[in-house]
Amino acid sequence: MNHSISLTVNGARRDFVLDDPRVTLLDLLRERLHLTGTKKGCDRGQCGACTILVDGKRINSCFALAISHDGADILTIEGVARGDQLHPVQAAFIAHDGFQCGFCTPGQIMSAIGMMQEAQAGNDPERIRECMSGNLCRCGAYAGIVDAVLEAQAGADESSQRRSA
Amino acid sequence: MPELNLTSAPAHLRHGSSIGQPLTRRDGVLKVKGQATYAADNHPPGMLFAVMAVSSIAHGRVTSLDVAAAKRHPGVVDVMTPDHKPQLAIDPEIKTNPFVFRMEVLQNKEVRYANQPIAVVIAETLEAATEGAVLLAPRYETLPALVGLDAGESFVPPVVGVGNPTENHRGDVEAGLASADKKIDAIYETPPQYHNAMEPHAIVAHWDGDNLSVDMPTQGLMLSLGRIAELFGIAPDKIHIRSPFLGGGFGSKGLMAGPPVLGLMAAKLVGKPVKLVLRREQMYGPVGHRAPTRQRLRIGADGEGRLTALDHHARTVSSTFDDFYEPAADASHTLYAAPAIRTSHDAVRVNTGTPLFMRAPGEATGSIALESAIDEMAWACGMDPLAFRLKNYAEVEPITGKPFSSKALRACYDQGAARFGWAKRSLQPRQVRDDAGLLVGWGMGTATFPALMFQAEARAAIRRDGTGAMEIGAHDMGQGAWTALAQIAADAVGLDIDRVTFKAGTSDLPDAGIAGGSAHTATAGAAIHSAGAAVIAKLADLATNDERSPLFGAGNAGVIARDGRLIRRDDESRSESYTEILARAGVAEVEARGTGAPNPAAMEEYAMHAHGAVFAEVKVDPELGQIRVTRMVGAFAAGRIVNPHLVKSQLFGGMIWGMSFALHEEAITDRRSGRIMNANLGEYHIPVNADVPPLDVITVEEHDPHVNALGIKGVGEIGITGSAGAVANAVWHATGVRVRHFPIRIEELLK
Amino acid sequence: MKQFDYVRPATVAEAVAAAAQPGATYLAAGTNLLDLMKGNISRPDRLVDVTHLDGLDQIETLADGSMRIGALVSNADLAHDANFAKSYPAVAEALLSGASAQLRNAASVGGNLLQRTRCAYFYDTASRCNKREAGSGCDARDGENRTHAVLGWSENCIATHPSDFCVPLVALDAIVEIEGRNGRREIALDELHRLPGNAPERDSVLEPGDLVVAVRLPPAARGFAAHARYLKVRERTSYAFAIVSAAAALRIENGKIAEARLALGGVAAKPWRPRAAEDVLRGVAPTTDAFQEAARRALTEAKPSGDNAYKIELARRIVVRALTLAAAGTPARIPALPASPLASTSGAIIHA
Ligand SMILES: Cc1cc2nc3c(=O)[nH]c(=O)nc-3n(C[C@H](O)[C@H](O)[C@H](O)COP(=O)(O)OP(=O)(O)OC[C@H]3O[C@@H](n4cnc5c(N)ncnc54)[C@H](O)[C@@H]3O)c2cc1C
Ligand code: SF4
Ligand code: FES
Ligand code: FES
Repeated sequence: MNHSISLTVNGARRDFVLDDPRVTLLDLLRERLHLTGTKKGCDRGQCGACTILVDGKRINSCFALAISHDGADILTIEGVARGDQLHPVQAAFIAHDGFQCGFCTPGQIMSAIGMMQEAQAGNDPERIRECMSGNLCRCGAYAGIVDAVLEAQAGADESSQRRSA
Repeated sequence: MPELNLTSAPAHLRHGSSIGQPLTRRDGVLKVKGQATYAADNHPPGMLFAVMAVSSIAHGRVTSLDVAAAKRHPGVVDVMTPDHKPQLAIDPEIKTNPFVFRMEVLQNKEVRYANQPIAVVIAETLEAATEGAVLLAPRYETLPALVGLDAGESFVPPVVGVGNPTENHRGDVEAGLASADKKIDAIYETPPQYHNAMEPHAIVAHWDGDNLSVDMPTQGLMLSLGRIAELFGIAPDKIHIRSPFLGGGFGSKGLMAGPPVLGLMAAKLVGKPVKLVLRREQMYGPVGHRAPTRQRLRIGADGEGRLTALDHHARTVSSTFDDFYEPAADASHTLYAAPAIRTSHDAVRVNTGTPLFMRAPGEATGSIALESAIDEMAWACGMDPLAFRLKNYAEVEPITGKPFSSKALRACYDQGAARFGWAKRSLQPRQVRDDAGLLVGWGMGTATFPALMFQAEARAAIRRDGTGAMEIGAHDMGQGAWTALAQIAADAVGLDIDRVTFKAGTSDLPDAGIAGGSAHTATAGAAIHSAGAAVIAKLADLATNDERSPLFGAGNAGVIARDGRLIRRDDESRSESYTEILARAGVAEVEARGTGAPNPAAMEEYAMHAHGAVFAEVKVDPELGQIRVTRMVGAFAAGRIVNPHLVKSQLFGGMIWGMSFALHEEAITDRRSGRIMNANLGEYHIPVNADVPPLDVITVEEHDPHVNALGIKGVGEIGITGSAGAVANAVWHATGVRVRHFPIRIEELLK
Repeated sequence: MKQFDYVRPATVAEAVAAAAQPGATYLAAGTNLLDLMKGNISRPDRLVDVTHLDGLDQIETLADGSMRIGALVSNADLAHDANFAKSYPAVAEALLSGASAQLRNAASVGGNLLQRTRCAYFYDTASRCNKREAGSGCDARDGENRTHAVLGWSENCIATHPSDFCVPLVALDAIVEIEGRNGRREIALDELHRLPGNAPERDSVLEPGDLVVAVRLPPAARGFAAHARYLKVRERTSYAFAIVSAAAALRIENGKIAEARLALGGVAAKPWRPRAAEDVLRGVAPTTDAFQEAARRALTEAKPSGDNAYKIELARRIVVRALTLAAAGTPARIPALPASPLASTSGAIIHA
């Protein structure tokens, strides 16, 4: 059975006919839309490499059936920078060497962006560690990841202060 | 492959040389934007999906596969089985060289371990191929599985690791033990571990007649190329492998394993490009692992805490059909100045995929046992663990008596201990609590890893527009080859890094050898360095033999290259730009090759190792036994540091692996079936962010004129060694409970 | 994953009708169901997607002071609802100690209740498992079972229920609202999950088509807010299931325990409510001795089901600790490491 669904992916509306309800958002992005920035590390919710934002919230796209997310607004790593202008989290990951092989990195960055929007961790490194624990990094880049998030958070705090001042 | 757009952002500082600069990763922008293409990110037109079916038994044979059921599933194109597959040119069981492992690529129906590939389903969609593999519903004739370190008769393997002797000794160990005042005789066990790079092994294979194009992560482009050529009977120059980025390797992508070969066969069978990606659970079998060990250490010390003997025996396992033996006991060769040392190994065969080198093979496994035993001995002697290690400091390599090419371990101990505050440690265990009542323990371990060199080649060019090029089939698996090797290249050709086109990661480039043994930067770097020197020499020839040049008559050795100019060594006011030299000579570019290789004379004369000291603090809940590492300081001396930024990350990563070894990682095998019961990332625990405390790395200055031309020792693996023992020793110091079975489990601390 | 039909009902009634068919199952966020489908442990013919149903995502305070949580509220939204977390801090802490932030953002209340065991032999389709395939045997019984049940198990199954959320909920007498083929009914959460007995294939008392529409906390559950904790021992600092966990909630009046609530996780096929242990605490001062006596009572019926005798001792100790922490008072903010015994590793070192 074919199902028509529509999604907003990185700001652009996409309509498709899905010939198979088994397709996850992850496989849809990677294998059908060729948006391969989002990675598959486990396909079972155990690594976080597939993290994307759906309606502003970070989730594991390997566990999300595309068909069930009809109408959703999706942000992937490809939609984070504005052209050459990196998102502050992206820039901070480079500055603090928040990665080595880079395979977990799109998931880490999407997770960090999602976390900052959740506003639960603030600039407390311990809370950041806990809230970023859904993203495994086998290379062990955790120290740089935490530093990168702290820097991005500080930048966000500063600009929100400036706005309210 | 399109040119990679490599940039170092933010724009780097450059004063003089590139080597030594903390440049950010030049592939950083690609990686943070999701634009770095790993193998599985490729989609040639018309591509099909291949999914392996793997065996659920560990020993026996496949008696039936329901191929018809799989083919009935919409979208399934074909099913590759032992009865339906393209022929290989040679038997994959033949070991054509020591770097070839036997692999299961559907040559017969035998099953030798759980998760062995037994068929491949090829379909139009990933969903169809995945379900097709399930529908095969294999049946088996099951034979009893050999499981565990006591699975059968033990034997002494001919070699351990990559060609190391199985046994080594110096001095009389039994006499040393007999004369000792204090003795430790203890058994330590380490579990099977799996590399679990975040990127699962993957291949996208595309045959065009006899031409083969391959996207596949590999730590050894040329080894893979050679293996593919011999298996498929095609000329190496018909094969093009792209491996610009590896999503981690840790040894598991070092040699060609069965699954990518199946991808190549599948593509050949269906005559279309095929993508085959391992599912996470399929990585617990055909792509190598760290074998379990049981190690017995017998150590003697005299009344003053001086070692009298060190006997280290390791039992390990290999598969029933091939040989790789974790060289765990070799860790005792270099660190402590025992007058008598013996190391030995034996093994049993079990129904497992063949073990392989995994980040610090032997060193990591042996180190946690040795560092625990040394700690036990320090305590037996009533000595501080650091004082005990200093007392037994090896001025020459204990097992060979050779001098070290360089060894700044004393400085590592000093600087690490000072940063950590080690002097305040209580000698007695279970003495310290924090204000929440948690037990606090401090432990240390010594780190060491050999400074190895392999073979590599590079090609350098200098062009008339004043730019340079460096080409080498090097591999970036996260250690930072795109950046660190480009830095070496920039210095080698005397140009700013942004003026050098650096190419790596494909098989049409000069052979960079294997990215392993922490030797890649040293080996590839040496090749780059020598190619650079050679191309500069050619350029200098043009200038110094030309009367019109200000450098005329300076002689080849009389000029140096810097900032795109050749400069007279004895008179720096006389110089000429590369552009001027080439323009006048009327050539578009000069080109030269260079090689990197071990220096047998130096190896004969010196023992070459990197060293380090790791200090760890853990906190343990006194009643509930849960453990957390709260602080780690590592001080490492590893020769010249090409890029401090990247080196720090490598060492952090190693230290986290060490912590993981002590506290987390273990593949749990069902004793009856031989299946791994936690073949996933949920129950096979690797540390998460919250497990990792603030880490501190000190790189201790060290100049080594012997290891290689650049004085580089390598930092990829040393971080695990020392760290695993430091954490284990800290747990003892916190709790007073000595756990000799790793990883340390909560129940051990409840007793 | 097996091919299936996908149904998106417009109403609860349609959902119940669709899911009552043989081979049908509900899909909420899918973080457990899709895991099981990808592993071929579950092979449903039809998925009834309830995520688009209206009205099941509310957190509401009812007139009588009950709190009603719609089955589709996400684990994260519930934990971060300030009003909810203030009234039921142990529940919020339990939620935040489960899975990862990503999973909690997706996972639903109903799905969390009905998630299935993490027994490795249940997950390994080549193993015999009575829960996966009735009557096939139990390979965990003589297998790798150091994390299996120590309470309420039978020879047929020694699996545990993995939910953190359910543990404090059971302690607080939560009620489950169910819409079924015969209309709406309510049961105590304590009665939702079944012990294995002779039918481990049935995790719960739900009948085909039964849809959990809400979970309700009765008015009295608020009375414990000042002294309520959840504690979880695990093998990683985060993103790991409990080896053993405990929820403790106390109502303290005039220095005495007026009422105690206790539940254990990771020890049985259901969240375990040791009422006898609660009884010994009624009317006594919150002392270590009293807590130890309660812990002893809580585990009197415990017995190892394999290599897991340590879990009994661990459970006793965690009961004492959870009660001690609860007595000390609910912290103003959920700790950085929710439910972790190591929540305060940033503490200064005091040399003894
Ligand atoms: C890696 C990992 C780690 C995890 N760690 C933890 C942990 O530490 N602690 C913890 O508690 N949990 C943990 N979980 C489990 C997680 O909490 C559950 O997967 C989640 O709560 C399930 O919710 P869902 O909405 O995704 O349910 P689904 O997967 O959609 O459904 C689960 C089951 O419930 C049924 N169902 C769903 N909703 C209803 C309803 N309203 N009425 C009737 N039946 C329904 C479905 O048919 C299905 O059988 C972990 C999961 C993963 C993958
Ligand atoms: S313990 Fe229960 S779930 Fe596990 S294998 Fe046995 S029957 Fe199955
Ligand atoms: S791929 Fe989705 S969590 Fe690992
Ligand atoms: S950077 Fe390699 S896994 Fe995180």
